[in-house]
Amino acid sequence: MTAQQASDDIIICRDVHKWYGDFHVLNGITATVRRGEVVVVFGPSGSGKSTFIRTINRLEEHQRGQIIVDGIEMTNDLRNIEAIRRETGMVFQQFNLFPHLTVLQNITLAPMWVRKRTRKEAEATAFQLLERVGIQEQALKYPGQLSGGQQQRVAIARALAMQPRIMLFDEPTSALDPEMIKEVLEVMKDLARSDITLVVVTHEMSFAREVADRMLFFDKGQIVEQGSPEHIFTNPQHDRTKLFLSQIL
Amino acid sequence: MSSTELPVSRLKPPGSSVNALDWLRRNLFNGWLNSLITVLLGALVIWLLYQVLGWAFTTAVWTPIPTNLQILMTGRYPSEQVWRVQICLALLLLLFGLSAGVWGGILRSIASGLAAGALLLAIMPFTLQTRLVLAGLVLLVGAGFIVGSRSRHHMRRLTIALWFASPAIMVVLLRGFVGVPGLPYVDTGLWGGLLLTILLAVVGIIASFPLGVLLALGRRSKLPVVKGFCVGYIELIRGVPLITVLFMAMIMLPLFLPANVRVDNLIRVLVAITLFSAAYLAENVRGGLQSIPNGQVEAARALGLNVFQTTLLIVLPQALRAVIPALVGQFISLFKDTSLVAIVGLAELLGIADIVIEQPAWLTVPHGVHREVLLFVGLVYWIFCFSFAQISRHLETRLGVGTR
Repeated sequence: MTAQQASDDIIICRDVHKWYGDFHVLNGITATVRRGEVVVVFGPSGSGKSTFIRTINRLEEHQRGQIIVDGIEMTNDLRNIEAIRRETGMVFQQFNLFPHLTVLQNITLAPMWVRKRTRKEAEATAFQLLERVGIQEQALKYPGQLSGGQQQRVAIARALAMQPRIMLFDEPTSALDPEMIKEVLEVMKDLARSDITLVVVTHEMSFAREVADRMLFFDKGQIVEQGSPEHIFTNPQHDRTKLFLSQIL
Repeated sequence: MSSTELPVSRLKPPGSSVNALDWLRRNLFNGWLNSLITVLLGALVIWLLYQVLGWAFTTAVWTPIPTNLQILMTGRYPSEQVWRVQICLALLLLLFGLSAGVWGGILRSIASGLAAGALLLAIMPFTLQTRLVLAGLVLLVGAGFIVGSRSRHHMRRLTIALWFASPAIMVVLLRGFVGVPGLPYVDTGLWGGLLLTILLAVVGIIASFPLGVLLALGRRSKLPVVKGFCVGYIELIRGVPLITVLFMAMIMLPLFLPANVRVDNLIRVLVAITLFSAAYLAENVRGGLQSIPNGQVEAARALGLNVFQTTLLIVLPQALRAVIPALVGQFISLFKDTSLVAIVGLAELLGIADIVIEQPAWLTVPHGVHREVLLFVGLVYWIFCFSFAQISRHLETRLGVGTR
């Protein structure tokens, strides 16, 4: 592998293992994600896909193997972990907005405390981001006053405010009512066209078909199959992939 | 969404307005049994009121209260120095008035409550001098409010600075210095009455709060030593009555200290109350910490906030808000528990009341004056505790804004 190739790979996982008690939730994951790539991770529940993307910013600790994010190796060193987290935004299934802060404060909190931006700078960025996700008029409301789709768009804006190179999405539309899924997916499609790297755990196959560069199929803690959306949807090689796709499509 | 508005039913919910007579019939006189119970209980209430009011306005001897008002308020604090207590009180009320003007909101309710209380006392049959002082306090609150609201920007910093400086100013003023003619030394052993009660409660609340929060956080720590210490401390203190802790501080502590080290009695009691209260506070706060979903911490950490920032900015504000009712309940019980220091020889409000009751002047009163004095003391405790509860209710509604 040449140096040029190595720096093109923003996430490198080599033989990553994790156990919950005796349950082998990640069983030797080896995968790389290139800079700017949009990767969709899918598979049955309990297959380890959420755990996998949560190891990328150390919300879950891996027990064996190697994870390198943007040239920084994930070790137990808190400085490495925090450096990686600064470069990595995450959007959760349950939004996890801070209910005691306004939308604006939710977005400006991390830039001000972690990146040491002034309030003025942080608020200017926040208003730009709110406009980008289409809800600038809600800036002074509290999360509890917004709909699920609006909350999730605030969560995306909050993650983007740190200007991350990687965005991790952990089933971002699974807790939403059907009519709100579209507005969140539109924002994500807009992001997919930017140069941010996206790793998305989702069951939204139309989203995957439209914007994914590559899809990873997880089952029983392993990557069973991967390839372009065209390959996965028209010519899946593995029986388990075929079975799962037949169940959800 | 708004363009396709469907015709909406304009029916109002069925009315619930009833006149008083209807209400009476429906709730108190529906059936002969309920009517009988209503009549009997009504008679009982009227008889009790007649007895109590009859006693209060004819047989009861209230003179001990106005004649001993100064003792009840300040204990054995020297008479000719009481102006120092009054200045402290004036400073406090001025500060509340200023804060109400600068920030408004709940502080405004507190300040108006204080002014109303002082005004109410000013029309009571106390000595003329007392009533003039009380009226002056009302004016001070008003003046503070006007000055504060006129120039918010200038007064904000000054008010905050004054709040932080005020404990030191008050202690210096109350204690004085040996050999300074205008401000002679007053031993803390002479501080008493309501002054001492408030001092114990306020210092206990303010000092035990950070300690309790730290203990609660420590109890959830992953470090075994920190966690073990906090669990041990909390369980030890919670297993012991406050009176035992007070006795420890007053009687046992001097045995462990070198003979030439003397710690002021008041400070020993303050430390004991603080350490005791912190353990209970820690358990209340821990309840709040446990109510915060793990997703909040994950979201904060994923944004790059460190452990300290996550705790301070995300977890604690939500946890403390969730336990306001429990915290206020604890502060109220702490306020009432200060009456226990009478047992270790400090004459706070209840201790002073005992002294007043035993005064030889009241030996000629047939049944003694303990009913009257204790009623008065109870009323004072009730006013304070009820005010705490009201403030906490305001606080809950205000902080609840926008959280579902």
